[in-house]
Amino acid sequence: MTAVARSDRRRFLRQSGGFTLAFSLPLPSGLAQAPSEPAKARLPGSLDRNRRLDAWIRVQPADRSILLMVGKVELGQGILTALAQLCADELDVNIERIRIVSGDTAVVPNEGTTAGSFSMPDSGNAVRHAAAEARAALLELASMRLAVPASSLRVDDALVVADTGARTTYWDLPAGEELRREATGKVPPKRSGHRYIGRSVPRLDLTPKILGQAMFVHELRPEGLLFGRVVRPSTYRARLLAADTAAVERMPGVVKVVRDGSFLGVVAQRESQANAAAEALARSCRWETPSTLPRTEGVEAWLRSAPIARDIPTRRQPRTKPGEVIRTVEATYFRPYQMHASIGPSAAVATMGADGTLVVQTHSQSVFETATAIAAMLGLPRERVRLQHVQGAGCYGHNLADDAAADAALLAVQVPGRPVRFQYTREQEHRWEPYGSAMLIRTRAGLDAQGNVLDWDFELWSTPHTTRPANQPGNLLPAGYLGKPFVQPVPANNGAPNYAADRNAIALYDFPGQNVLTHFITEMPVRVSSHRGLGAYGNVFAIESFMDELAHATGSDPAEYRVRHLNDPRARDAIRAAADRFGWSTWKRTPGRGRGIAFARYKNIAGYCAVALEVEVDSRSGSIRVLRAVASADSGHIVSPDGVSNQIEGGLVQSLSWTLKEEVQMDETRILSEDWASYPILTFSEVPPVDVVLIDRPGQPFLGTGEASQGPTGAALANAVFDATGVRFRRLPLTPARVLQGLRERRA
Amino acid sequence: MTRFTLNGRAVQMALPSGEPLLQVLANDLGADGPKYGCGKAQCGSCTVLMDGNPVRSCVMPLSAADGRTITTLAGLAEGGRPGRLQQAFIDEQAAQCGYCTSGIILQAQALLQRNPKPSDAQVRSALDGNLCRCGAHNRIVRAVLRAAKGA
Repeated sequence: MTAVARSDRRRFLRQSGGFTLAFSLPLPSGLAQAPSEPAKARLPGSLDRNRRLDAWIRVQPADRSILLMVGKVELGQGILTALAQLCADELDVNIERIRIVSGDTAVVPNEGTTAGSFSMPDSGNAVRHAAAEARAALLELASMRLAVPASSLRVDDALVVADTGARTTYWDLPAGEELRREATGKVPPKRSGHRYIGRSVPRLDLTPKILGQAMFVHELRPEGLLFGRVVRPSTYRARLLAADTAAVERMPGVVKVVRDGSFLGVVAQRESQANAAAEALARSCRWETPSTLPRTEGVEAWLRSAPIARDIPTRRQPRTKPGEVIRTVEATYFRPYQMHASIGPSAAVATMGADGTLVVQTHSQSVFETATAIAAMLGLPRERVRLQHVQGAGCYGHNLADDAAADAALLAVQVPGRPVRFQYTREQEHRWEPYGSAMLIRTRAGLDAQGNVLDWDFELWSTPHTTRPANQPGNLLPAGYLGKPFVQPVPANNGAPNYAADRNAIALYDFPGQNVLTHFITEMPVRVSSHRGLGAYGNVFAIESFMDELAHATGSDPAEYRVRHLNDPRARDAIRAAADRFGWSTWKRTPGRGRGIAFARYKNIAGYCAVALEVEVDSRSGSIRVLRAVASADSGHIVSPDGVSNQIEGGLVQSLSWTLKEEVQMDETRILSEDWASYPILTFSEVPPVDVVLIDRPGQPFLGTGEASQGPTGAALANAVFDATGVRFRRLPLTPARVLQGLRERRA
Repeated sequence: MTRFTLNGRAVQMALPSGEPLLQVLANDLGADGPKYGCGKAQCGSCTVLMDGNPVRSCVMPLSAADGRTITTLAGLAEGGRPGRLQQAFIDEQAAQCGYCTSGIILQAQALLQRNPKPSDAQVRSALDGNLCRCGAHNRIVRAVLRAAKGA
């Protein structure tokens, strides 16, 4: 998150003094900080930028509950359950008492974007420390009330009992006053005696989802609901020449046809009427459609020849250690454009209220910054746009969630007072989402006589990996089509420690010399943004494929070869844990089968993960069957073992799908991947058994888990295919056609 | 007028017979569960049971429901408690985002009615037309097998 976002929040709060009447929960007064106050001690996680205790936690005597307010949102990753576990443990209350409000820009602390495997480090640490401090404050109040020392008090589910037997409860204490202050960060969380932390608490959101109770933004049915759809051209840079809006306006149920430049939308009484109107409108359109796409087969060549905006020296570590390079090995790898491919097309519900406030229910990962971008797009004051997070289908990064919120907003302002539920069609979701960027990677290693790496050079070419709204209307898809269009800002590449295109481009291995050069291309023939893991998937695929090539080239065991280049004991443990559970040392070769292993520490600062798997390759069809997979995960102190396991396994399965099948298809004028037939993903019968080995590190920091297994899985698969066939596949995905071609070339 | 039984309740709908069944269930009848995923019967998110058989409600006109019995996820509850499959999904925490869950549970319900003791491979084969993007497949299969075991 940036300093810009922080000052926006302050401005918003300063301006928002009179708007509390519109909202169910008043903002605590004085929450804003003066812009020019002296530097304060750093507080844990997102508590640092939202320092008030009652911005996070409130005691609610009316229903004997604890209100927990968080800026991070539930994406299906189970974060709200983990945060409730932390809050309940630190406050010593039953978890059933925790009520969570998440991602409502009028209520919760701004925690930026729910992304980057940051939710446990950011929100987890904030909630834990805020709750610990709130408990201490409550005990101080109880100590005064009971006239006993605070140290003599115990708490059991909000019941405070003194050694003397005197007792009170959280609900009887004037907690509101006491929590109306900034956190000090001086109350450490519990070291032991956890009731929920470390246990697999059932996910708070799963039971209603399994029982068929409304949980999703797609299911909201407010009174007076209308349905919205948009019409998009066949390609990104098309311009609308003509559309017969008048004919569509006469169609049954049509409330409004909106045309603003090349933006076209409809609002209708019934969903089927909105669909019919959008289809009729689309048929009536004439567009000017330039040929700007590189074609599927041309993407690699395009990357090689595209103008480079910036050469970024991601790592410059010249070798100082002496040693003679006796052998040099080189390789080039490629990953294609790939989709988030959410099962639910993105949706939102927007209502322009009588008070002039636009409320948008959205499954955005970045409610605050998207609200700012939408306000700017509409020319509304920032405080007149409120976003509320409501769950959607899994997104796996920046998909069309924010654009759906923007499209819904553009339609809703045309029908004030009526809620508009907007959803993309499947075809729109596939063709318009911002894809994971294609990447080209060239590696070179100089080896000594023992086969150890002396010099390591890693060079990558990539378009951007983040075009999130980031307060800028130009990043919202519809804003570029308006009569007065907003121009998309030129995307940046994040620097250390998170990086973007060059995320995980620096190998964690202790090579004496290591240089990493990023050729950052800002031209974007294809819409791109954050796709689970960003550059890490391509970079780890390349690093870990190449390490495998070096191990084989020097006659080393691939697992041992990695360990021998690593000093970080946790990295070594992760590799060994996966290898041991896999049965690496006792594995018996059978014809047609192979095994592969790969490792990464996500971003080199988050969770450690190693993946070992076994494949069978059918040399007649070229099809790869993954027989079984093992993943190890060290995410620091584990709050929810089942949550970590679910994320690691889910990431592994998704990465198998990317690696085996997925590549966005396009010709010169349009994206051809427009449904599940033209962009197939892994199915139940193709998913192997997965065994996750958790390495718990009690007392260590939370490291973040959600993207840890994507990179290692892709490389482990390619390495296993090499082991089975003797053919090295360096271009993703490993489709049967590509495997057959590789096998043929080897025989030739 | 289209008349059918929804989760044991008689309903009649005075709507054009060509209205997509999915939209009628979700928007008019408040049957949370079936979800729009593709509109082409490719992903299974909209699956409901029609006379016990899984159908893709996104490509089914309202008229197809006339005289039939429709079951959605909420209809699997037994006496206000989660149905056996639902309980198994809760026990196995067999989801991540949960968007595909409704269609998958109903597809699995139809499988168990036809084949009460399916093998792992039979469960997978029965669910191949239901897409999950989160990678919760193995949990889902375990939940179906658990429900079958408890039968």
